[in-house]
Amino acid sequence: MIHENYLYVILGMGVVTYIPRWLPLVFLSRRRLPDWFEQWLDLIPAAILSALILPILITTGEPRHLDLLRPELIVAVPTLAFAVKTRSLAGTVILGMFLFWLAGKFF
Amino acid sequence: MISMHSEEKTVSWLAIIKDGVVGAWPICLGYLAIGLAFGVIAQKAGFSPMEIGLMSLLVYAGSAQFIGISMLSAGAGIIPIIITTFTINLRHMLMSSSLSTFMRNLGIGRLSLFAYGVTDESFALNTARFRDGNWDWRRALVLNHTSNLAWIISTVAGGFSGRFIPAGALGIDYALIAMFVCLLVFQLRGRLYVIVAIISGILAVALSLLLPGNAYIVAASVIAATLGVFLKKSRRFAGTERTS
Repeated sequence: MIHENYLYVILGMGVVTYIPRWLPLVFLSRRRLPDWFEQWLDLIPAAILSALILPILITTGEPRHLDLLRPELIVAVPTLAFAVKTRSLAGTVILGMFLFWLAGKFF
Repeated sequence: MISMHSEEKTVSWLAIIKDGVVGAWPICLGYLAIGLAFGVIAQKAGFSPMEIGLMSLLVYAGSAQFIGISMLSAGAGIIPIIITTFTINLRHMLMSSSLSTFMRNLGIGRLSLFAYGVTDESFALNTARFRDGNWDWRRALVLNHTSNLAWIISTVAGGFSGRFIPAGALGIDYALIAMFVCLLVFQLRGRLYVIVAIISGILAVALSLLLPGNAYIVAASVIAATLGVFLKKSRRFAGTERTS
């Protein structure tokens, strides 16, 4: 049985999650964009992936603080080296998981 | 673009579905770990598997769902929960903007169907595939919905039976981090990209210590990419992308 109130909450959450996903696709994909904006969009993936990953690796807790000794960071070093060298997604994911599992035995 | 259209016709739907499903495996693995954890937490907070599944279907956003559940069980009102969700997920706007450059000349229906599945993970993976070539909106769409299905199934399974895969088993909690590390490497296609990534990463760490929530992701990315455009304009990096 689902409460009516709960349904409204998740519907609302769904709508405000969907709109930011939808608007740029519909409004930008069919327009000719200025050069500088194309360049900007081209740099976004590198910027956003770095902004997603680095805080996960070197900060922790609530409120957040720096922690340079997290297994997440230590495992990321060989994982990154492997990714640069092999450029293999499958290999990198499997190696990262294995090393993290291994690290769990020591931390 | 012209060659893509002729190729689309010769490749069967089955092959396209296979590419998309197989391509989604790192995300599915990662979602299994996070989805189970979410399901367990939601179930302990008193939510039924049905309610969990419906949330995963309607919202489909990991961190917002975790925070939504904790706000709901803390008795927060509907408006604060929706506003929080909106701010957490605003980062997808950047991702959809960037993806739009690969989704040219599609109808609103297809774009709408695709937009539903834009997450941090699908954005990262689809972007890398689009750049590689041999990828199109159909494969990207299949990848999105495969990931979505994995998320729904994992969260519901967590809600039903608890954590049948123990935390940390096989390093599964690291699948998405390793994937992001590798996909970041794929994005570093020249000196300018490396510099932008370094600036963005450092800014993100600094801002994450200063700002509440996850506003640091959007703030750091926007600032770093903007600096990147100016750097490129200054012509010192003119040779990084085009050989002119």
